Amino acid sequence: MTEHFVAPPQWEWYIVWYFFLGGIAGGAYVIGTLLRLFGSTRDEGTARVAFLVSFPAMVICPILLTLDLGRPVRFWHMLINSRTFELNFKYWSPMSVGAWMLFIFGAFATVSFVEAATLTGWLRHPLAQRITRLLSGGFGRLFMVVGALFGLFIAGYTGVLLSVSNQPIWSDTWTLGGLFLASGLSVAAASIALVSRMWREAADSEMKLIRADRVFIVLELALIVALFVTLGAMSGKLLLGRYLILWLLVLAGTVLPLVLQFRSSMGRPAFSVLAPFLVLLGGLALRMVLVFAAQA
Amino acid sequence: MARTVGFFTDTTLCIGCKACEVACKEWNELPGHAPEFRDSFDNTGQLDDQNWRHVQFHEFTTPAGGVAWNMMSDVCKHCAMASCMEVCPTNAIIRTEFDTVYIQPEVCNGCRDCIAACPYHVIGFNEKTGLAQKCTFCYSRLQNNLIPACAKACPTESIKFGELNQMREVAGARVAQLRAQGVSQARLYGDKEYGGLHALFLLMDKPEAYGLPDAENAVLPRRNNFRSYLGSLVTAVLGLVGAVIAFRDRGGKG
Repeated sequence: MTEHFVAPPQWEWYIVWYFFLGGIAGGAYVIGTLLRLFGSTRDEGTARVAFLVSFPAMVICPILLTLDLGRPVRFWHMLINSRTFELNFKYWSPMSVGAWMLFIFGAFATVSFVEAATLTGWLRHPLAQRITRLLSGGFGRLFMVVGALFGLFIAGYTGVLLSVSNQPIWSDTWTLGGLFLASGLSVAAASIALVSRMWREAADSEMKLIRADRVFIVLELALIVALFVTLGAMSGKLLLGRYLILWLLVLAGTVLPLVLQFRSSMGRPAFSVLAPFLVLLGGLALRMVLVFAAQA
Repeated sequence: MARTVGFFTDTTLCIGCKACEVACKEWNELPGHAPEFRDSFDNTGQLDDQNWRHVQFHEFTTPAGGVAWNMMSDVCKHCAMASCMEVCPTNAIIRTEFDTVYIQPEVCNGCRDCIAACPYHVIGFNEKTGLAQKCTFCYSRLQNNLIPACAKACPTESIKFGELNQMREVAGARVAQLRAQGVSQARLYGDKEYGGLHALFLLMDKPEAYGLPDAENAVLPRRNNFRSYLGSLVTAVLGLVGAVIAFRDRGGKG
């Protein structure tokens, strides 16, 4: 374990919400893509919901990141060197890679949103209809798959970003990238389930989302165990009094939904709202504890 | 003129006068923080956006039973392999013609990734300017053939400035001299860490006592790229396989 003498970067609420919404945006895109590729025609409605959820979550991300900067007007310095006007890209710096990935993923999420909104009947503009026609065949599937790869990156790299530092806890474990990804997929599945339930009958897909979320939650729990194992004695910093409440929320957002979802598969509709709600709460709490506790 | 400069801070000569801190603030027009009583002679606290030199005071008990201080004027190390420069996404942090590490204030956008990376607690975020700030090695003075303000002001020559190679020789000779005199705890810090620091220190205790990671702990942020991305990749594969299985229709039940 590395002995650290560092100052905290003061990454606080903007960053916590970015990590949370980035997980939803990237994860929802991945889920929408997989539902279309591997689901049946009855899942198309839920797949559209996934793309409709991914876009607004994605749009907020660069706004949060810009507001967090000391000099928000210089947000473009992330991509372009303001002295030489060459492109800035450092593959070994996750923040540099992430800025580009968010930029590119933003384009995919926007186009897929336009397509989903057109298919839903919200958009009738000729350009939107042309985009939708363009994406109706094999090219559309390829487009989604590439977009989903960027989505996976956005959901997971934020954990790597924390680890590629010299901060205690963050740089002492390999688990954060995977943990944020598993949690991102889980909160995305929960968001899609909640939104689907609010405006359409999607009973078929709901069971599929629940089954997928079980996998994501089990992965997340396994990685939380790995987190504590890799941190060893340093875990104490994560378990101080005020963080215990957050860990309780994390547990409530993982273990409880697993239990409730098994129940809801036996037909208890109230649980199918409660379970995804808890997943969202737990996903936020997980990011809060990991961001704040390491800098305390 | 391009050259490779360095500091050598000999802590055995430091008298804790803080002339270095004052000269630094004067030259670099740093207003400093509001005074704070810290129950110690050290009312500076740490290196940050306002404090680019920081005189540390470490109390210890002498063999005769008295109390004495180990003092050390800390500063940015201008590492040959700099953690801050490694992660900086805007390329605001550059290596100058003097081989020093410099944050260009007109390029920095205040993302603070460098603060998370620096293993020496050197860089601070200035709320007023919205920038990450640290010692510039008196870049403007070097460009005008002047020596850095701290070294100029130091009355005991505890802070020495010169060509890095020359500083290494001076530091090596001083450690050898002290050792020959029986000062066995004297040791050189900075010749191995991070590819060699541009601020060398003669220490009277182990590095950790001064808040400096030893050679084993002086590691770069990028060490974690591979294993963290690998962890994400394995999770992605497991998650995708699980989702594909979950999304397939099961015998018509859906």
